[in-house]
Amino acid sequence: MNAPAFRADSGIPGSGIFGSEPDSNAGIYRYDDLDRRFVAERVEQFSNQVARRLSGELTEEEFKPLRLMNGLYLQLHAYMLRIAVPYGVLTTTQFRKLSEIGRKYDKGYGHFTTRQNLQFNWIRLEDTPAILGELAEVDMHALQTSGNCVRNVTTDQFVGASADEIVDGRVYAEILRQWTIAHPEFTYLPRKFKIAIMGSDSDRAAIRTHDVGVIAKRNEAGEIGFTFYVGGGLGRSPFVGKLVREWVPEQDFAAYLEAILRVYNQYGRRDNIYKARIKILVHQLGIDKFKAEVEAEFDRLPRPKFTLAHEIVEGIRARFAMPPLETLPADSTTFESHKAGNAEFARWATVNLAAHKTPGYAIVSVSLKPAGGIPGDITSEQMDTLTDLADRYSFGEIRVTHAQNLVLAHVRKDDLFDLWRQLDAIGLATANIGLIGDIIACPGLDYCALANARSIPLAQAISARFADPARQQAIGELGIKISGCINACGHHHVGHIGILGVDKRGEERYQITIGGDATLTTAIGDIIGPAVTEEEAVDAIDTMVEVYLANRTDGERFIDTIRRIGHGPFKEKIYAAD
Amino acid sequence: MNFRAITGNRLRDGAVVFYNNDAGWVERLNDASLYEDKATAETILAAAKAQAEKERLAVDVYAFEVQVEDGSRVPVTMRDRIRSLGPSVRTDLGKQAAA
Repeated sequence: MNAPAFRADSGIPGSGIFGSEPDSNAGIYRYDDLDRRFVAERVEQFSNQVARRLSGELTEEEFKPLRLMNGLYLQLHAYMLRIAVPYGVLTTTQFRKLSEIGRKYDKGYGHFTTRQNLQFNWIRLEDTPAILGELAEVDMHALQTSGNCVRNVTTDQFVGASADEIVDGRVYAEILRQWTIAHPEFTYLPRKFKIAIMGSDSDRAAIRTHDVGVIAKRNEAGEIGFTFYVGGGLGRSPFVGKLVREWVPEQDFAAYLEAILRVYNQYGRRDNIYKARIKILVHQLGIDKFKAEVEAEFDRLPRPKFTLAHEIVEGIRARFAMPPLETLPADSTTFESHKAGNAEFARWATVNLAAHKTPGYAIVSVSLKPAGGIPGDITSEQMDTLTDLADRYSFGEIRVTHAQNLVLAHVRKDDLFDLWRQLDAIGLATANIGLIGDIIACPGLDYCALANARSIPLAQAISARFADPARQQAIGELGIKISGCINACGHHHVGHIGILGVDKRGEERYQITIGGDATLTTAIGDIIGPAVTEEEAVDAIDTMVEVYLANRTDGERFIDTIRRIGHGPFKEKIYAAD
Repeated sequence: MNFRAITGNRLRDGAVVFYNNDAGWVERLNDASLYEDKATAETILAAAKAQAEKERLAVDVYAFEVQVEDGSRVPVTMRDRIRSLGPSVRTDLGKQAAA
């Protein structure tokens, strides 16, 4: 693609589909003609590649890397298509299209992932050109969801809405999307490369578990700059990202990342897939040497070519303008009276709402974790209704969280009760965000070709055991994360309780870790003992909760109690009978 | 006694298929050919793989172990059991749904 590095022509909606739609105020970057042409060309290229594969012109060996560059994996039962949701934000037009694709080409449901993407599990190779064509109609694609490239950039699901936001991360995530999507140097990296960006003091994007984690902030003069962490990652060798620079001014945002990626591209190992991620390079070089290499590269980069002009940033920022929110009183008597009159609604409001920056509004998290359900799964029927609700109550916008839930970011407090009732009617009003039932789980051996053990049945058994919403609320914040193999797509290393499925001589077993933390106080959990059966794992979690409740002080979270009393009491109780 | 069967994913739609000496690639494990010894399975696997690539029928072709219990064929590993049936958490989907 012959294009300038960044584009930000003001105004926007591109020709056609968006201007008068209900989602015309959704906080999403609107593609221009260049974006659309690029995506259309990629669809055409892949359509030709599929045709050549089916006709035998391409062997499987030749075709596999091409399909992976278009998000198409071969899993246990069929092809799996992973569709990019850039920084987790969707318009309802796009969400509706995903629902249609689920119904038309899959089996009527989809699965949201820890990378804020959507996966369809039952895709036919011969249908993929048509699917990608339909996605392109709504400015979507499956690029940067696979392969050794910069993957879809993730960010805070409350971006642009939360009361604690300092900088809007969408703007910089979009800049990264434009910068990386066709960057010739970054298409064949040593290994995949994941970037997350946050714009508040609360880490809702697991910053230090990424290859590069960025915190956008402001200095005393109000200027925007960035703190960079490098070399975080989970998988076979978990590492917490290390601070590489405390302050990078906005104008050098892209240049500094360019420097990091160049150093990685130059020194990262290509001879051993298990040692190819940047975390291994940082670990082996040492952060000081790595930092020196990055700074030297950064100094070498020619300016102004690599300078991010303020007007470019502001042009992109304009595309994420706030929806036309009303001027409302901070408190809603309607909301308060419904809470007083309905205990279930009151619980949901306590657990699933977050503070909005605008008085009279709230951020709604929609749990995709019903008790006994499959984490992250949603049916096309649920998607259809949720789309209508987002049009009615949240300016035609839906966000995806890395915890496999959804968010309606701008809901009037006056409307919350009506929204809750309608969510409840489609099974999407589970009140468990951040609680023990809000389990992150990878697809595991039920779907994934890499998995060693099933993740979902264990997640279902745990959420069923703790189904009582009052008990969940009484336990408080507790994150369980489950992976079906060491690749750690379920982020088990950083779960307060982490569970790794393993294969012990043909039997599924589960290794439990404790004390992990995905926020800025990032910690890798410690293994507490030998792997156990699924049933024993559920009992072990019950036991850990008992130990916590018996030891916690007032207001102390599970992770805080672990830090105070150590792992010993938990381990002793679980393995007491051995 | 464990037998061996040959499986892969059909190229055009990714569906799990099994190899039958006479019928070629079939959709049900019950219709697959079983091989008593490893050497025979490996020989047929090599031929089936080559044919699958040449005729663009199946990919990711491999042999796996199967037990026959009371006349029923049960893959030895959980992975192959799930492949031959469908997701254990969605028994309404996959081959098990039509069983």
